[in-house]
Amino acid sequence: MLCNVCNENEATVHLTQIVGEKLQKVDLCEGCSKEKGIGDPTGYSLADMLLGLGATEEADEISPDLKCPACKYTQADFKKSGRFGCPECYTVFSEGLESMLKSMHKGLKHVGKTPRTVIAQDSSRKLEKLKAQLDQAVEEENFEEAARLRDEINSLESVPVEDSKA
Amino acid sequence: MNLEEYLASPVCAKPEGPEDRIVMSSRVRLARNLRDHAFPTWAKQKGRIESLQLIRPAVESLPKLDSAFSAGMEELATVDKQILVERHLISREHAAKKAGSGVVFVEDESICVMINEEDHLRMQAILPGLQVQEAWKVVDELDTQLEEKLEFAATTELGYLTACPTNLGTAIRVSAMLHLPGLVLAEQINQIITSVQKLGLAVRGLYGEGTEALGNVFQVSNQRTLGESEAEITERLGKVLRQIIENEENARATLLEDKPHTVYNHIGRAYGILANAHIIASKETMNLLSLLRLGVDLGMFKGLDRGVIDELFLITQPAHLQKQHTDKLDAEERDVRRAEMLRTRLRKIERPRIPKNK
Repeated sequence: MLCNVCNENEATVHLTQIVGEKLQKVDLCEGCSKEKGIGDPTGYSLADMLLGLGATEEADEISPDLKCPACKYTQADFKKSGRFGCPECYTVFSEGLESMLKSMHKGLKHVGKTPRTVIAQDSSRKLEKLKAQLDQAVEEENFEEAARLRDEINSLESVPVEDSKA
Repeated sequence: MNLEEYLASPVCAKPEGPEDRIVMSSRVRLARNLRDHAFPTWAKQKGRIESLQLIRPAVESLPKLDSAFSAGMEELATVDKQILVERHLISREHAAKKAGSGVVFVEDESICVMINEEDHLRMQAILPGLQVQEAWKVVDELDTQLEEKLEFAATTELGYLTACPTNLGTAIRVSAMLHLPGLVLAEQINQIITSVQKLGLAVRGLYGEGTEALGNVFQVSNQRTLGESEAEITERLGKVLRQIIENEENARATLLEDKPHTVYNHIGRAYGILANAHIIASKETMNLLSLLRLGVDLGMFKGLDRGVIDELFLITQPAHLQKQHTDKLDAEERDVRRAEMLRTRLRKIERPRIPKNK
């Protein structure tokens, strides 16, 4: 039996965990098990590793050669470590991310504190988009739609940034 | 700056906190990363040094951290790093870091920031007893102040972007260190662990050694960070903790009712060994100190403070013990010195007595 991580050496460490109703098994060689921190109980979480492995296998099928232009991180690197290279990677490797996040978290949409600058950028992007839509609606003489868009723009502009911090 | 000055008095001779019979400490940790920088584990050393140079002055300039201890990891001796691990200020992984990583913490150890661990910033607040809400407030304030100085990687959709997707979103880890000898003696602990895990929370030992936690100390923390706000996570964990406290209190009461002699026997023997041993390993020490702590909770020791036990818990650990001696100790010598220290510290403590109201 070969190691699931490197696919090179004979697996000598075998792990089994039940996640939900699914039985998951991982076989590792000694080198990879050390790298994953097994044997150092504090640094090791089976769930972490499994989720990382399972999810990347899925992502692999979509885009095996994908590489982050910002930090040169590849899908294969992620498969190895279960971690990303830089913040940009979340955009580059967004395909397949959702199913992985689903298995780890309560939801897929962030709820809670967000940096003020990020909120501001986000709402200004939204506003630009709405204004463009408004212009188009006016041009097409679709006044009902234009009125709706105007109201939406007004409500966005009147929300102070601090209030959107949950 | 001298680490020794900061670490002279162990935190445990520390202010008391609510429910500290059972909750030893509450902690909230936030992970943050800089925009446009590779995460520390992927960045080259040059990149790590660069981000450290951006982050460290920003952290040091925070009002609450202006007189904090601050050092690059390459400046610290191995034994000192190990001491920081034993005090839960840094992770084992961080202790292995060298140039390009750093640590900043305040003297009472209530606030600590690891720079370039797995994420660019890992900042934590630790408070005694059950104070998860309060710890969140402390670290939230720090984060808000830092946000003015550093540009964090985040989106409105995914929240704070972290090296590991398991921390994505709020990037918060709320945890409490619980002393649960009653549930262990009553053999109910596995049941509790299973039900806590079903709620999506993690239970670990003091240093993560499986269910047979050293010294009956367990760490309970949230695992999920995306899709729930910091307030919701903190509140839910708080609720679970209060439930565990109640279970522990009940287990102790039932044990005393049904098997008082078994309980007194455990505590009496623990005292006997700790006060008289000449060779004792760190693991055995922690397990016996746990029973002594239970004895203090039950009112069996005159003139023995919970704070003293918590202090012994810490200073009998390997790096703390080594730090008190100039010569390099091997494991066997440490066991001898540890026993010596325990005998000295417990010399004036009277034998445990059966509490009067029983």
